[in-house]
Amino acid sequence: MGKITLIIQREYLTRVRKKSFLILSLLGPLLIAGMMMLVIWMGMAENENQKLIVVDDLNPAFSMLKHKSTNNVKFVYTDISLDSAKAKLLESDFTGVLYLPRNVLNAKAAQLFFKKHPSSFVLRSIEKKVEGIVESLNLAQFGIDKDDFYKVKSTVTLHPVLFSESGEEADASKEKAYVGFAFGLMIYMFIFLYGVQVMRGVIEEKTSRIVEVIISSVRPFQLMMGKIVGVALVGLTQIAIWVALTFGIMAVGQSVIYESNFGVDKVAEQMTPEMAKKLEAANAFNTRALIDQSNIIFMINWPVMIGWFLFFFLGGYLLYSALFAAIGSAVDSETDTQQFMLPVTMPLIFAYVMSVFIIENPEGPAAFWMSIVPLTSPIVMMVRVAMGNVPMWEMALSSILLIAAFVFTVWLSGRIYRTGILMYGKKASYKEIWKWLWY
Amino acid sequence: MAEEIFRSENITKRYSNHLALDEVSITVEKQSIFGLLGPNGAGKTSLIRIINQITAPDSGTAYFNGEPLNAAHIGHIGYLPEERGLYKKMKVGEQALYLAQLKGLEKAVALERLKDWFVKLEIQGWWNKNVEELSKGMQQKIQFVITVLHEPKLLIFDEPFSGFDPINTELIKNEILKLRENGATIIFSTHNMESVEELCDHIALIDNSKKILDGKLKDIRSSHKSNTYTIGFRGDFAALKKGLDGHKLIEERGDEDLNRAKIRLADGARLNTLLQGVLPHIEVEFCTELIPSIRDIFIEEVKENKGR
Repeated sequence: MGKITLIIQREYLTRVRKKSFLILSLLGPLLIAGMMMLVIWMGMAENENQKLIVVDDLNPAFSMLKHKSTNNVKFVYTDISLDSAKAKLLESDFTGVLYLPRNVLNAKAAQLFFKKHPSSFVLRSIEKKVEGIVESLNLAQFGIDKDDFYKVKSTVTLHPVLFSESGEEADASKEKAYVGFAFGLMIYMFIFLYGVQVMRGVIEEKTSRIVEVIISSVRPFQLMMGKIVGVALVGLTQIAIWVALTFGIMAVGQSVIYESNFGVDKVAEQMTPEMAKKLEAANAFNTRALIDQSNIIFMINWPVMIGWFLFFFLGGYLLYSALFAAIGSAVDSETDTQQFMLPVTMPLIFAYVMSVFIIENPEGPAAFWMSIVPLTSPIVMMVRVAMGNVPMWEMALSSILLIAAFVFTVWLSGRIYRTGILMYGKKASYKEIWKWLWY
Repeated sequence: MAEEIFRSENITKRYSNHLALDEVSITVEKQSIFGLLGPNGAGKTSLIRIINQITAPDSGTAYFNGEPLNAAHIGHIGYLPEERGLYKKMKVGEQALYLAQLKGLEKAVALERLKDWFVKLEIQGWWNKNVEELSKGMQQKIQFVITVLHEPKLLIFDEPFSGFDPINTELIKNEILKLRENGATIIFSTHNMESVEELCDHIALIDNSKKILDGKLKDIRSSHKSNTYTIGFRGDFAALKKGLDGHKLIEERGDEDLNRAKIRLADGARLNTLLQGVLPHIEVEFCTELIPSIRDIFIEEVKENKGR
């Protein structure tokens, strides 16, 4: 065991000390956090400032719009005609004309003339403000009390609730499935990234001929396992750094974004939960996204999720990296690996592609079988685990099969490896590899 | 007979499409330098890999110090393969330390010995260099140090001098001799016949997966003597021939000053009878026996084996 520890140590240290590891460790989270922040930022607001001329055919019915100006959207109430407003638009710094036609209260439609297309967020916020005024004007017109109106007004939201033996649980399958998919994607990426590193390491040892010296000291199997485990630890280190840094950057980044968009966010901050629900019902796109984000964080059982992630990551990695090691041992240079890579990477890519569809139908037979079969289960099962309703026996079966499969591939690869690493100067064929297995 | 350190008994190794070793038995005596010779692809590397327990024989047994070869012996064997290399991106010192530890050496001990060796070979400045910065010969020096660092009882050098300049060849040669003086046994595989003659006590010749020759170097050489002598003389070859009397002139060479004749004695004849025959006709300057070189023996034996 002492020798295998030495090998693990070397494999780990030489990789972790590389500049590329450091760069990847720092850039990865920056990229991830950057992308996530970009998504949030785009969903919240583009920093565009709208200055609108309001043309009101019902003058002065909408005059209160000017009080509803915000940092981003400024309403300038006028009494000019639509045509002169349009003319003015082109030769001034106004960004648009909000036209409220005479029939706005009945038709519930207005027009916005713009020079540059405003974002959907801005459109909605303008829409909402006009909506509010139309609503109160209509209330007054029909003599309906405001409180009565809110009692009557019905926006029905359907909350899917999962009912299972463990009790009731609010369902957010889609959102959860996406979280699971993200985890699956991570496993997919890491298997590729680090599996190929194992393969490269084997090829390096073979082409530099150091392997002959090493296996006169240790058994080939020890060398192979030492490499696989060492690289796995590098992968786990990388994940740990990424997670820590991503959260760090996100925390900093989010506060920066919120501050810079204070005008928009003020609303969300001051909301009570009831108000939030109302707003959600009233189709406040942005706030809804925010609420879902916070909800999903509480809805997922993180310890279970992370536990299974580590299990499937390690299981899948061991399974595939052993195969990658065998490939490395059978060739003389990386360019020769193609013909062997394809059958190994196919199930992996297949699992990744299929998990996109499995989000849509997580209880179907495809989802079931692919989360049981070891070659695809590490990725597909993550989607199902995130959704949280996988029967115990399926989890057990999937795990046992994965363990059995990696024991098998490690054994199989070990047999190919011990012969392969001593074969210099020629590329093996499938037939030869088959022979290596049996002597 | 001196004590043995390694012995193989009827070792056979078969790869999927050819027989690499066919019933090969060798015995290596302690503190000797054992030359393992043979043409390319004869099976030398297969035998060496078996000694190193990289592969196992299909049949036959190998003994180390009288015990059947097992994993406990790994630390007592040092191996410098012909196809050798180091991790290119790793620091020299760190790498040497790692490989020594793999052989079972304590880190502190390995560090101490490495420092001694680096001083001895005047390569202290290399410790923190990446291996890829070193020339091939420099890398080879490191590999030599790594091979001997754990002070193995049995050392296997496969072409240890290839890639070395004459100065470094001499340096390493002396180190090898020193190692033997200090009690190590050396199995030495090479195509460089000069160094075989210079270093080896004992040789075995493997050809076409069989051992075809085995014995002490001087015994082999004397058994390959063909009763051939070179005579340097004044006078002409016609005169010489008058006195040959059944002995065979194989080669005549000469210049104005001195003629040289290569003569094989008739069966059962002795040098004296030859000299007695020719002395009346020529003036003999010198006479030496032609002892065959290992190179000649090698070629002769391998050719003969092919005919078999």
